[in-house]
Amino acid sequence: MKTILKSIFSLVVVASFLTSCAPTTSDKETKGTAKGAIAGNAAEKVYVAPGQHDSHYAFISGGFNGQLSVYGLPSGRLFRIIPVFSQDAEKGYGYSEETKPMLMTSHGFIPWGDLHHPDISQTNGSVDGRWVFVNENNTPRIARISLETFETEEIIEIPNSAGNHSSSYVTENTEYVVAGTRFAVPYPQRDIPIEDMKGNFKGALSFLKVDPETGNMNIDFQVMMPGFDYDKAHPGRNKSSDWFFFTTYNTEEANTLLEVNASQNDKDFIAAVNWKKISEYVANGGGKRVPANYAHNVWDDNKHMAVTTMKKDVLIVEPKEVPGAIYFLPTAKSPHGCDVDPTGEYIIGSGKLAAAMTIHSFSKMMKAIENKDFDGDAYGIPIIKFEAVNYGVLEQPGLGPLHTEFDTRGNAYTTFFISSEVVKWNVKDLKVLDRHPVYYSVGHLMIPGGNSRTPDDKYLVAMNKITKDRYLPTGPEVCQSAQLFDISGDKLELLLDFPTVGEPHYAAGIAADKVAPKSKKIYKLDKNTHPYAVKNEADSRVVRKGNEVHIYMTMIRSHFSPDNIEGVKVGDKVFFHVTNLEQDYDVPHGISMIGANTSELLVMPGRTTTFVWEPKQVGVWPFYCTDFCSALHQEMQGYVRVSPRGSNTPIKYTLDGDVPGEE
Amino acid sequence: MKIKLALLLIISFFAFTSCKNEVKETKQTTPTSTTNEVKNESKGQANVKLTEGEQANALQVAKTIDDFSTLVAAIEAAGVQDAVVNAGPLTIFAPLNSAFDKLPAGTVETLLKPENKTKLAFILTNHVAPANYPIKQLKKEAKKGRKLYMASGKYLTVENKDGKIFVDGVPVIKSVKVSNGWIHVIDQVLVPSEK
Repeated sequence: MKTILKSIFSLVVVASFLTSCAPTTSDKETKGTAKGAIAGNAAEKVYVAPGQHDSHYAFISGGFNGQLSVYGLPSGRLFRIIPVFSQDAEKGYGYSEETKPMLMTSHGFIPWGDLHHPDISQTNGSVDGRWVFVNENNTPRIARISLETFETEEIIEIPNSAGNHSSSYVTENTEYVVAGTRFAVPYPQRDIPIEDMKGNFKGALSFLKVDPETGNMNIDFQVMMPGFDYDKAHPGRNKSSDWFFFTTYNTEEANTLLEVNASQNDKDFIAAVNWKKISEYVANGGGKRVPANYAHNVWDDNKHMAVTTMKKDVLIVEPKEVPGAIYFLPTAKSPHGCDVDPTGEYIIGSGKLAAAMTIHSFSKMMKAIENKDFDGDAYGIPIIKFEAVNYGVLEQPGLGPLHTEFDTRGNAYTTFFISSEVVKWNVKDLKVLDRHPVYYSVGHLMIPGGNSRTPDDKYLVAMNKITKDRYLPTGPEVCQSAQLFDISGDKLELLLDFPTVGEPHYAAGIAADKVAPKSKKIYKLDKNTHPYAVKNEADSRVVRKGNEVHIYMTMIRSHFSPDNIEGVKVGDKVFFHVTNLEQDYDVPHGISMIGANTSELLVMPGRTTTFVWEPKQVGVWPFYCTDFCSALHQEMQGYVRVSPRGSNTPIKYTLDGDVPGEE
Repeated sequence: MKIKLALLLIISFFAFTSCKNEVKETKQTTPTSTTNEVKNESKGQANVKLTEGEQANALQVAKTIDDFSTLVAAIEAAGVQDAVVNAGPLTIFAPLNSAFDKLPAGTVETLLKPENKTKLAFILTNHVAPANYPIKQLKKEAKKGRKLYMASGKYLTVENKDGKIFVDGVPVIKSVKVSNGWIHVIDQVLVPSEK
């Protein structure tokens, strides 16, 4: 019996092997899923041999977990989770004293966030691998992540904003990162009846200037738009690069049961904003500085700490102040995705409820503006006639179009949430070329550089909201997923299906060689300017200041200095300022203290990090290294003696019986 | 202060030597570069390249110094190169070429033969302590009368004679900090006793 089964099995294997060698498989390949994958040698295409590197990085948003995941493509291997808007125990982020300021806002310390759209900085319209910008939707903020350290370096809060969703997209030379409010809110924020929304609520579009050297952001200006919902945005490309486009919905300005009330108008708008023009207006003294209150948190890689500055005003520009800078393009129906092709000519609005997709023409738009081909205005902003700006519509492409990215061959790839598929279509011809199911209910998709002037168009990653039966079940909550396609051929070829961490709202991808060579290996000890840094074991010490005890501690394979500490009392606030003296790649040390309820630390070579311990019980309590650092990792431990409150045990600290630095 | 200055001098000397040697080494490896590449396919940690700003590990430092060429050849012949680049920490008492020259004629050649790999590895590991022993710590070990446990499983004695450190009677000539521990230069091979 067994042998029969075996031989059947081997026949099947041989058969499938033979099929895979058949020359004309392109049509069949893409029809099925599992079958197609085998026939197309999908496994081979995603196999990255042990020790070999992936060709691309993918930075996939973690949505409600407030973090950004770093994956390799094509393997789908997860390398790192970068904490941005949420505390992260693995890295001590938001727990250590140095990182806590990163999560400060005008509402106080916020330990979690809802991270949405990563976008990589650009030079001349191409992703350059310097920084990733991401937005927090709930407490409106924009963060900048360094692609040298893969750490969050800066977070700035966005005032006059709520549901920071049409964010955080960069212009072609990273002049600006843009953040648009999804929810209209009273401007200025005040105590008024909700039903008084119309006219009193506004939608702020924020333009954050980026320093070309440091990447530091500041809000250059906010355009105070009518109180619609600004859903998604895309900078113009190439010839339209002076413009920014925002989809709007709820032009009805409804404040309740929006699923009905915001779907009344047949068409909403894409707002076209000439940022260059407004930027010049502001540079020449335009706009009005108004009071505001928002946090700006900046990390310093030499001090190894973040500092929060509360900003007290912001520059406001009313649309009517800059004539000719803002127009509305009628677009069907409550459009979500707003995408611009690499040439900058086609502006695509994906009406999530519409039967067709709206494709506008940039050159028609410019002509219509010149000819004043308007159909009235909304709050003083001219509405361009639909026929005067529309290039065409893609009829019946699928159900529930959301987002579009592009290849270099004039094709667009659009996700359809309701019909769970990715559709490839030619932008110029408005013709559907291919479609492939995804599993299930896809949101965003990403082609590395696929929202830029120069897509790197071998791979496409589709990100799914619902997975149901796709993986081993893990209780009621199952993972969300990404699906990798090869788009180099005529047909979409599904290669791989891998789980994501949190909800993958969007992703940004880039060729590995633009990032990997610059990746930082260690922090240089001689550049460490942390006020509590100790660069030499001989300088390690313990200092009492009232009820504060500051431990200037060092760590090196395989001990702490000092490792015996006495004179700490119940009621003290003990600061462990720990410097990792290693200058060797990939040799972090950790430290954990029994009873510490602030954090445990993982300290990179050359870095100083601090946690606070408030001992509550008398006794002798151990601490130890939490990262398997060396062969003697288990020996890397020490003791702190805690005496009763008010006792007169003097401060004493030693290593191997001697005070460090004293022979 | 004096010690620091001396160390700095030593390090800069090594840095200088290293530039000179790199050229030489490239020349030596050129003919076999293809085989090396194949070998790298199944690479061990010893093949991880040094990156800018990072401290060199024990093997990387030893390779830059002419006077350690016999030791480096022995490490490679014994196949223990991955162990001496490991996170460690390691303290290596590193014999100079002249130390190997002091052995009876033919000893080194015999040890380098493939069939003596285990014996060679045993001798080499007798020079490596799986611990972090800067000179300061060695003085302490001497003072407290603690022996050094070596990777061979044997122990070495440490003595402090007028500020000079001796291991099993052999003086330490100079010391270099490396990323994964310390190298202490000696001019004698520490042949483990067979007891």
